[in-house]
Parts: sequence; C-alpha cells; structure tokens
Amino acid sequence: MFKRANGDARRSVTIHVEGKAVTAREGDSVSAALLASGLDVRRATAVSGAKRLPYCMMGVCFDCLVTIDGVGNRQGCLVPVADGMQIEIQKGKREIGR
Amino acid sequence: MTKDYEVAVVGGGLLGSAIAWGLGRLGQRVAVLDEGDITKRASRANFALVWVQSKGLGMPAYTGWTVRGSKAWPTLAAELREQTGLDLALQQNGGFHLTLGEDEYEARTNLVARMHNQTGATDYKMEMLPAADVKKMLPLIGPEVSGGSFCPFDGHVNSLRTFRAFHTGMKQLGVDYLPERPVTAISHEGNEFRLTTTQGELRAAKVVLAAGNANQTLAPMVGLSAPMGPTRGQIVVTERTVPFLPHPLTTIRQTDEGTVMIGDSKEDELDDRVQNHPINAVMADRAQRMFPHLGRLNVIRSWSGIRVMPQDGFPIYDQSETHSGAFVACCHSGVTLAANHAFDVARMVKQGALEPELVDAFSARRFGAESGASGSGYY
Repeated sequence: MFKRANGDARRSVTIHVEGKAVTAREGDSVSAALLASGLDVRRATAVSGAKRLPYCMMGVCFDCLVTIDGVGNRQGCLVPVADGMQIEIQKGKREIGR
Repeated sequence: MTKDYEVAVVGGGLLGSAIAWGLGRLGQRVAVLDEGDITKRASRANFALVWVQSKGLGMPAYTGWTVRGSKAWPTLAAELREQTGLDLALQQNGGFHLTLGEDEYEARTNLVARMHNQTGATDYKMEMLPAADVKKMLPLIGPEVSGGSFCPFDGHVNSLRTFRAFHTGMKQLGVDYLPERPVTAISHEGNEFRLTTTQGELRAAKVVLAAGNANQTLAPMVGLSAPMGPTRGQIVVTERTVPFLPHPLTTIRQTDEGTVMIGDSKEDELDDRVQNHPINAVMADRAQRMFPHLGRLNVIRSWSGIRVMPQDGFPIYDQSETHSGAFVACCHSGVTLAANHAFDVARMVKQGALEPELVDAFSARRFGAESGASGSGYY
C-alpha cells in the first residue's frame, strides 16, 4: 500500500517484526517502518479487540501501540527504529511484566 | 394549588439517582434537581468497591445495613441490565486488604478481632490470612506482603456505568432530571414543598435531600440536620493490562476493561482541582510493593475527589418531625449501598415513613447537641 519515495538515500536499518527481518531507513519511526513493510501489522485493541493501524503519527491517538524490545504499549510513532530492534504486534491488553 | 411532583429529589449523584430510580420504579412522579457538570461529584471520583469488611466499628447496625446492600446488589445489577442493557460488571467473589510488613499485619489482626467482638454486628466472615494463603488467591503478590484480611462478601462494580444506568433507567421510568438547578431555599406550605432553584420554583409533596455534603446546608431548611465532615481522596489509574487481579483490594482494583486503579488517600484538603503528588507517589509505591509487576505500567491519569462523609463516618437517614414529607439521606458508600437506596429507601419515601427496624440507628439524633462528633465508619 505504502511506497517509499524515489531517491530516499538514507541508510538502511534492519528491524525484526514478529521475528521476520524488515528493512527500514534510519530516521523512520517504528510505525512508519511497519506501514512501509507491507506486512499485516494491525494490532488488536485492548477492550474490543478491533483491528487498528497507526493513525495520527504524532503521538496523540495511541492507535500505534506496539511491543518494542519486550516492552508493551509503546507508541510506535514516537520511537525511531534502531538496528536489531525486536517488534511484536500487540494483540489486546499489555501483558504482565512486559 | 396543584402539586407538580409527588417527590422532589435534591441531588442527582449516585445516591439521589438511585432513590429517584427506585421511586420511578414504584410509579411515583419524581423530579431530580441537580447541579451541573462541574460540581464536586463523588459519583464520578469514587473507587467503585462494593465493600463490607471493616465497616461498622463503633456502630454495629452499619454492618447489617452494609451486608444487606451487598446481598441486594446482584438483584439491582440484573434489573438495571434488563432495563438499560448496560452490564455493570458486578463481581462479588470476596476482597482483600493487604498488609506490608509485620506491624501492619498485627494492626490489621487487632482490627479484625475488634470487629468480631462487637455485639450485635452481623458476622461477615472477615478473616486474616498469612501471605502464603494470600498467594494462593493472588499469585502475583510481592515478597513484602505479610498477609491480609479477606471477606467473602466484598466485591466491586463499574461505578461510572452504574451511575449512567440509573440515569438512563430513571429517564425511561418518566423521572424528570433537571440539571443546573442548585436549590437555594425550601419552604413548606400547606402540604407541599416549594423548592427555589436558580431556574425557578418547583413544587412537590415530598422532598428527599440527597445532595451529598450540601445536605448540611439544606437539611435545616426542613427541620433536619446532617453534620458532614468531607475529606479528599486521590486515585491513580494505569494503562490497561491483562487481567491479573482476581479479587479487588481496599487500595487496588482492576476494572472490567483492564485499567488498574490505585487509591485510598484521605486528606483534609477540600480543593478537588489540584493534586498532592507526594501522596500519589506513596500510593503508587505501596501498590508496586504489593504487586511488583505494576511498576512497569504507565500511569495514564490521576484525580482527586471530595468524599461525601457524614461527620462520624456513618450514614444518615432521617425524616423531619416538623416538615412532614421531608427526608434526608447521606452516606459515604453510595456504591456499596446503591441497592438499599434504590429498593429500601425509595420504598420508605413512597410510604412516607422510614422503617425503624432498618434505619433507626442512622438518625442524625445520634449527634445530639454537640457538633464535634468523631470516629469513622470507614477503616
């Protein structure tokens, strides 16, 4: 659905989404990288379980909640990607101890 | 002169709306006079426990009234659900008061013994459990938990949804809800009451004062008294997490939707627009010592609210001897006692007389001439 703009010369960064290697660009937010990945990155909401994707991309709507390096409920749109980052799509409420 | 209403209920919070719903259910023509959205309203600030344990030290009748309320709650929840479609998420599988360290455990043990030794109090089977037994029921407690008291009647509910259900329900029953009408004066002429509000006058054959701490000002207008001693409380709320707490605590509960509420402070400060952050810090610290994994959760909001609190902590239900048809009702536990208000108090108001066997102990006569009564119905 999303395509990267031509001529984006930023350095490549590798992150892992549900264990699968995904190439992102330095400076991407986690949410931008997930949307550009082409994978099904829809989370399930905490109460009704509705499927959601990142929406506002500026820290307001909380629809980008995601587990990053073992920490749940992070706002993916506010966290820059880093090499080797482990991303898990959050299904429902934040888990105990994560 | 025609009477507009059979009953005017002053106050549209949890207590007033419960009584009004109950009266509407009994076919009465009722008006609820309420303040506005920004009023100090415990109905939107409370901790939502349906709580029995440790209530009534110093007044055995209060334990009976509380147990009665706890037992009637399932009927209330079922009826409101049937009528409004709202699930109030009532859970009554027992609750805990946890202690940290040996001193707290010993102090709680002494309190439980004092409750048991009260003559005339309903036995509600509150017992002390050592940490090992608590851990079987609450597996995620931390190493500092020394134990706690457990009462099988305790529970909790979604209190915001309860408040909404009473309002939705009473509207369906034909009750007129009239917001933005604080009552400034009440007179009794002939057989009717005239209530002066900021938006004109309203007449009713009977009046029920259910205006929380404002009852102290309103009650003398109809020959009653309601000495109040409000306190402030603060609550801290975390983001949603998977269910981990199968029983509510006095200080921590997990809502049906997953948020964790932490609270129990008691302050003399009565401004509900500010917070005392050191108090929040202590509450949050105690919570994470009880359940270490809570330390990882983000706090998403916190608030302060003013408790409706009769001066000695126990409820007040009274009827006027000089102004026939005037009643006053105030209590701290508007959630726990909601079924009593909806069923019992509404029935008594309709019949025009309180039932002494149920509520005589709660008359404000107990305060006598002195206004500085002390003690508390809430530990």
